[in-house]
Amino acid sequence: MKALLIRDLRLAVRAGGGFGLALAFFLILCTLVPFGVGPEGGQLSRIAPGILWVGALLACLLSLDRIFALDHEDGSLDLLATAPLPLEGAVAIKALAHWLTTGLPLVIFAPVLGLMLHLPGPAFPWLVVSLILGTPALSMLGAFGAAMTVGLRRGGLLLSLLVLPLYIPTLIFGAEAVRRGAIAADPAPPLVFLAAITLAVLALVPFAAAAALRVNLR
Amino acid sequence: MSIWEYANPVKFMRISGAILPWVAAGAAVCCIGGVVWGFLTPLDYRQGATVKIIFLHVPSALMAINGWLMMLVASLIWLIRRHHVSALVAKAAAPVGAVMTLIALVTGAIWGQPMWGTWWEWDPRLTSFLILFLFYLGYIALWASVEDADSAADLTSVLCLVGSVFALLSRYAVNFWNQGLHQGASLSVAPGERMSSVYKYPLYVSMLGFFLLFLALVLVRTRTEIRLRRLSALLARENRA
Repeated sequence: MKALLIRDLRLAVRAGGGFGLALAFFLILCTLVPFGVGPEGGQLSRIAPGILWVGALLACLLSLDRIFALDHEDGSLDLLATAPLPLEGAVAIKALAHWLTTGLPLVIFAPVLGLMLHLPGPAFPWLVVSLILGTPALSMLGAFGAAMTVGLRRGGLLLSLLVLPLYIPTLIFGAEAVRRGAIAADPAPPLVFLAAITLAVLALVPFAAAAALRVNLR
Repeated sequence: MSIWEYANPVKFMRISGAILPWVAAGAAVCCIGGVVWGFLTPLDYRQGATVKIIFLHVPSALMAINGWLMMLVASLIWLIRRHHVSALVAKAAAPVGAVMTLIALVTGAIWGQPMWGTWWEWDPRLTSFLILFLFYLGYIALWASVEDADSAADLTSVLCLVGSVFALLSRYAVNFWNQGLHQGASLSVAPGERMSSVYKYPLYVSMLGFFLLFLALVLVRTRTEIRLRRLSALLARENRA
């Protein structure tokens, strides 16, 4: 398991692409929004929680197809399927690798973009906490979507259609927590729901994703 | 003699062929009857004539949700017992359910414009219906893009299971996110009902009509799918010979 994790991390860092690309996309999205809605600070700081969460979600989506596509092309996915490690475990490790290379950088980078979007001061810790709690669910659900579409030709577009509706609950609770932090309300209830969703997703979705992978490798 | 005998495509074709004309005729009678009867009801003292859209709105919303529920059951049967007819029924129901969702959304918008003064409001019920529509779209798109029929059935069944959980989760998550404008349930078995029987009985007729319509469309589409399977099997056999 550890070997697989290290291999995936090494591939992600050395092959380039996914790692920096998601961050650059996040930056561009947060740069475009003020062009669209105008530069007034008050308006920006009101919509900043939502923009940051939607941006993180889309940046996460961008690199999802890489979770399984490259391994499927060169056949290492078939080796993984026949390895003694259960496929569910392999899926979870791959999602973890995706989170470490995409989700975690987004979490670290988000406060900087929050500064650019005039996110109110008290919201910053809640932005980081909600992203830390929420992004693992995004990676795991993304791995499920990637497993569904791994063998398909027009997989990319279908992937977003399948995965984005699944992201809705995470987005609602994540953005709500930051918004409550911004107006100095109690952000605990949405954070608790967010954590519950993430834990349930981490516990159950690997089985669905592995089932989908087995079908696609048949 | 068990219910699983009807999973045999030949038997399914024979029985569905026999009941299809009756179901279709019943659907036509009840849909037209319910809507016309509904049209003849007196005007509501507050809502005026707009109240009559309920005879399209409520039945289609009902079938949109129950259509997804039926797909969920059919997907489970496919995953557990691998009856092909079950997978084909789920496939056949998806576009019908998606159209029902769309009808509910559109009639709701037409009703909402004069009543709430807006075509669309980010209300929990409206939003969760939109989310349900997105799930239908994803499900249909996945069926369309996987070539191997058995793989497609497996993948869409898994998607239906995961999607059901998340559709339900979204339904309650949106409550958290915005307070509603939509009224509560229109019908209820609890005493002290809110709806006058003048409207209730035509509504029941048109709900029955929409149910029969859904059934008839699903049967027709399933029969088409089975014939398509037979055709491709024949063609494959011919190519091999």
